[in-house]
Amino acid sequence: MKFSLSWLKSHLDTDATLDEIVSALTSIGLEVEDVEDPARRLSGFIVGHILSAERHPNADRLQVCTVATGETTIQVVCGAPNARAGLKVILARPGVVIPVTGEALKKGNVRGVESQGMMCSWRELALGEDHDGIAELDVATEVGAALLDVVSFDPVIDISVTPNRADCLGVRGIARDLAAAGLGRLVPLSVEPVPGTFASPIEVTLDFPPEAAGACPLFAGRFIRGVKNGESPQWLKDRLASIGLRPISALVDITNLFTYDLNRPLHVFDADRVKGDITARLAQPGETLAALNGKSYALDESMTVIADETGPLGLAGVIGGESSGCSETTTSVFLETAWFDPARTATTGRRLEILSDARFRFERGVDPAFVVPAMELATRMILDLCGGEVSEPVIAGTEPDWQKSIVLRPGRVAALGGVEVPVGQQEAILHTLGCAVAEHGEGLLVNPPSWRADIGGEQDLVEEIVRIIGFDAIPAVSLPRNPMPKPILTASQRRVGWVRRQLASRGLVETVTWSFLPQAQAALFGGGADALQLANPISADLDAMRPSVLPNLVAAVGRNVDRGIRDFGLFEIGPQFDGPEPGQQRLVAAGLRFGKSAARHWTGASRPVDAFDAKADLLAAIAATGLSPDGFQTVAEAPSWYHPGRAGTLRLGNKPVGFFGELHPAVLAKLDIKGPLAGFELFLEALPPAKTKPSRARPLLKASAFQPLDRDFAFILDSKVAAEQVVRAARNADKALVSDVVVFDLYEGTHLPEGKKSLAISVTLQPTERTLTDDEIEAVSSRIVQAVIKATGGELRG
Amino acid sequence: MHDLDRLRAEALAAIAAATSLEQLEAARVAALGKKGSISGLMKSLGAMSPDERKTAGAVLNVARDEVAVALDSARAALEAKALDERLARERIDVTLPPRPETQGRVHPISQTIEEITQIFAQMGFAIAEGPDIEDDFHNFTALNIPPEHPARQMHDTFYFGERADGGRHLLRTHTSPVQIRTMLSEKPPIRVIVPGRTYRCDSDMTHTPMFHQVEGLVIDKTTHMGHLKGCLIEFVRAFFEVDDVPVRFRPSFFPFTEPSAEVDIGCSREGGELRIGPGAGWLEVLGSGMVHPNVLRNCGIDPDEYQGFAFGMGVERLAMLKYGIPDLRTFFDSDLRWLRHYGFVPLDVPTLSGGLTR
Repeated sequence: MKFSLSWLKSHLDTDATLDEIVSALTSIGLEVEDVEDPARRLSGFIVGHILSAERHPNADRLQVCTVATGETTIQVVCGAPNARAGLKVILARPGVVIPVTGEALKKGNVRGVESQGMMCSWRELALGEDHDGIAELDVATEVGAALLDVVSFDPVIDISVTPNRADCLGVRGIARDLAAAGLGRLVPLSVEPVPGTFASPIEVTLDFPPEAAGACPLFAGRFIRGVKNGESPQWLKDRLASIGLRPISALVDITNLFTYDLNRPLHVFDADRVKGDITARLAQPGETLAALNGKSYALDESMTVIADETGPLGLAGVIGGESSGCSETTTSVFLETAWFDPARTATTGRRLEILSDARFRFERGVDPAFVVPAMELATRMILDLCGGEVSEPVIAGTEPDWQKSIVLRPGRVAALGGVEVPVGQQEAILHTLGCAVAEHGEGLLVNPPSWRADIGGEQDLVEEIVRIIGFDAIPAVSLPRNPMPKPILTASQRRVGWVRRQLASRGLVETVTWSFLPQAQAALFGGGADALQLANPISADLDAMRPSVLPNLVAAVGRNVDRGIRDFGLFEIGPQFDGPEPGQQRLVAAGLRFGKSAARHWTGASRPVDAFDAKADLLAAIAATGLSPDGFQTVAEAPSWYHPGRAGTLRLGNKPVGFFGELHPAVLAKLDIKGPLAGFELFLEALPPAKTKPSRARPLLKASAFQPLDRDFAFILDSKVAAEQVVRAARNADKALVSDVVVFDLYEGTHLPEGKKSLAISVTLQPTERTLTDDEIEAVSSRIVQAVIKATGGELRG
Repeated sequence: MHDLDRLRAEALAAIAAATSLEQLEAARVAALGKKGSISGLMKSLGAMSPDERKTAGAVLNVARDEVAVALDSARAALEAKALDERLARERIDVTLPPRPETQGRVHPISQTIEEITQIFAQMGFAIAEGPDIEDDFHNFTALNIPPEHPARQMHDTFYFGERADGGRHLLRTHTSPVQIRTMLSEKPPIRVIVPGRTYRCDSDMTHTPMFHQVEGLVIDKTTHMGHLKGCLIEFVRAFFEVDDVPVRFRPSFFPFTEPSAEVDIGCSREGGELRIGPGAGWLEVLGSGMVHPNVLRNCGIDPDEYQGFAFGMGVERLAMLKYGIPDLRTFFDSDLRWLRHYGFVPLDVPTLSGGLTR
């Protein structure tokens, strides 16, 4: 919302400076976005006096002028046709920055004649487009005076108005707020009814079904004949131009003025183009409106129209129609001031995608008690500017009910707002804002004014008072708190942090990707259900909620490969979606490694990443949560997006907690990426909850005094026997003695029969009471072998 | 005994002449081995009379010890020489690079949320979490956002298709629905922050369809705007690690708070470089306000008994301002060059005792 300082001062009687006003505006919640103050760039200019102007010896179109500066006289070469002796001009001397170019003026030499300054046009001062010649100041202006002392420039302030403050969409509302903040006095607005001399030939009817009775509760009109719709007077044109509005004709300019000055949009019909009487009603299906913006709109029964016998003339509170608009030839007009339901106006505007000053104001709420007064004020201005003769008022309907009473308890400002304000001052602030305030048993009984529909309760009154006092006046107080703060993270929240830093420390780089992806990709990863399909995606690529983090990581890998990056890993910890209901969202840590296990190196130690890299990441992530990976079973099954033979599921009991492995080649082909690529998914909420320990003490260390010893065994097994079975059998063969089992060799090949493999394990035996005898070692070894054979059906390799 | 002198001299000469451990061993065997020359003399002692044996034995022992010492010192010398020779052969090019290790990174969004959490934990805030897919009630209605509010329109909010019951799910536009869920499930006093993903139907230079917020909520019987100011001033100063950063509270409007305030921090832009701290400029960093009585009522909390404040901040915006990251959209590009540059090494765990940022 833009307005000029002089415009503001037409409503606010104040001595405050621009800076004080700007600072107060932001402080009371009318945030200043920009101040355009010509004075800031004009401080170096002075008033000069042309003493003489002679033809330049070497150029027909130039003159050499002698200019008095007040202190001395200088010589200025000037090309302006209006430069002549006796003129008072705006003079820049070397060093002054010329606003239109942004550059400092230098002493010049124009065709052999020295020029010691510059006489400026308004355009060169960035004050309009007038460049017919240099600016001519009043002949009485004092020579040598600073320009800013003799000519006043009107700064323009741009504020952002929050949606609750419809009243400040008019300059008068802003002035009222500033007056309440102590920056001056609101200039009274007197409304004198204009007597009519004849009955309006146009009658107005409100015709709404009961359920839409509030669509237009009040409509005030006036018929004015014999008007002349010429140019507006200069003050009106200047006022509109100052905020960037183009003056059009007096009637149009008046409606714009009322919109921006008083937040009171009006409409003026060319009465000769209205057929019969006017009805405010809901549109009928099939009706259309050719609007003033040149577009045609199809209307429906949810929209309010102003219509004559032939159909809609305009969309109530949104936009007028072309057929009844005013032109230079207009001689009779019908003035409309009405009150339209904000919600219905908003819906209509939104549905038809019409942004207009009127809609912007009606949907935020114009003053319901100002309908008739505005009609009188507008009538007076039309008569003053366009002449003519006015009918008696035509008023249909009644003012909508807007009165409210709110009790403000005296201690409430301090209790909620945190600042003590004397009751007298509270009362004064509310009064200046337009509230009626009376003593009440419990405190103050406050009736907010008609233009403040946003004030609905006691908390709103507290805000008004605190806002006007300024939030700076509220003393900042620390929240009372425990002097020794307690840990606040839950066990599962801590786990997420550990997993994150564990994965990062393993070389994976954390990324954050969208929660949505293309539906076709969702389908590849078990998703794509209609319930998770966005109705209004930002683009067709981002239309489904992700059923897995992996496809986004695959795409991210692809983008990095395209940038020429090789051999890396990414991970993300975030949600995946099984359904739209709470509880159908899972927190997952997913990672993906691409390329070689390590960058190329002279030792030649790198190899393509594979499922065991992914398994290592998965187990490390679980270990980071504090759980022992030993409790989980690995099974050779995985969802369809994994390689059917090179992927697995980690389970706890029957519950899958994670997947790992190479991705399915067909999936990768559809995602347009080539491997090697191995990934994992860990469902953090599927992990068993951390046990609450009664004590922070660790279990006592039982370090054996006796040396551990390793025994190696190799077994010939069916190829499909899982290594984990062998390890588990060996481990369980003697839980007291076996402290570790490690697979150290796997062989499948020509030296073994088809369908067989050799698996070698190293078993660590840890005696705790004494050194083992050879017989004892033999016995435990035998138990281990028997256990493995029993569990696997294999045999000891000879 | 003449023999002995000769044999000793021969043994010492052979020891001195030995240039390898093998030759030295041969010299040892020749002199002191079972069939060695000096050992041979020792054996001859058995044939002597006790007196002769005593004299000859003493002399022989001296000679044998002399040879043994010579052997030890020659061995030590030869071993040292052999080691020197081996070490002279064993040379690596120490300028070769070691085996590669890779270090990952923590994303700036995660890091920033951890920093924010550290600070609010100090003030007794817990972390509340809730679903990204929400409904009208939790995202709008309960928050006092009326049905005709622009935020409810399709151009601001991501909606899902209509359900059989006529309702629609939506993607939360702020983390405020978690405040609602918290108030519905817990009794005051409440102090929580809510970090999480949020979504708006917007995409341009300065907007992404997904971004992160941390919101906060304090509900009890006495918390007022002075506490709101104190809490947020302490937060921004701790977060930006600038003790004297000016903080400004401006009246504003949100449907779910009354009074409402936007929070600005001071900055300077000298030489084109943005610096948080005292200066001529202001940067908006937070929205806040006293929780609207309607919101409390919608959550079954009596607004005549309880009150409090709420606030919200954009995680990416705070990270951009603190760490000088120029472009919002790059947060979601997964560009490894960006992640390695702006990301945090895993050891950079933010703490208040050690400072949030290394």
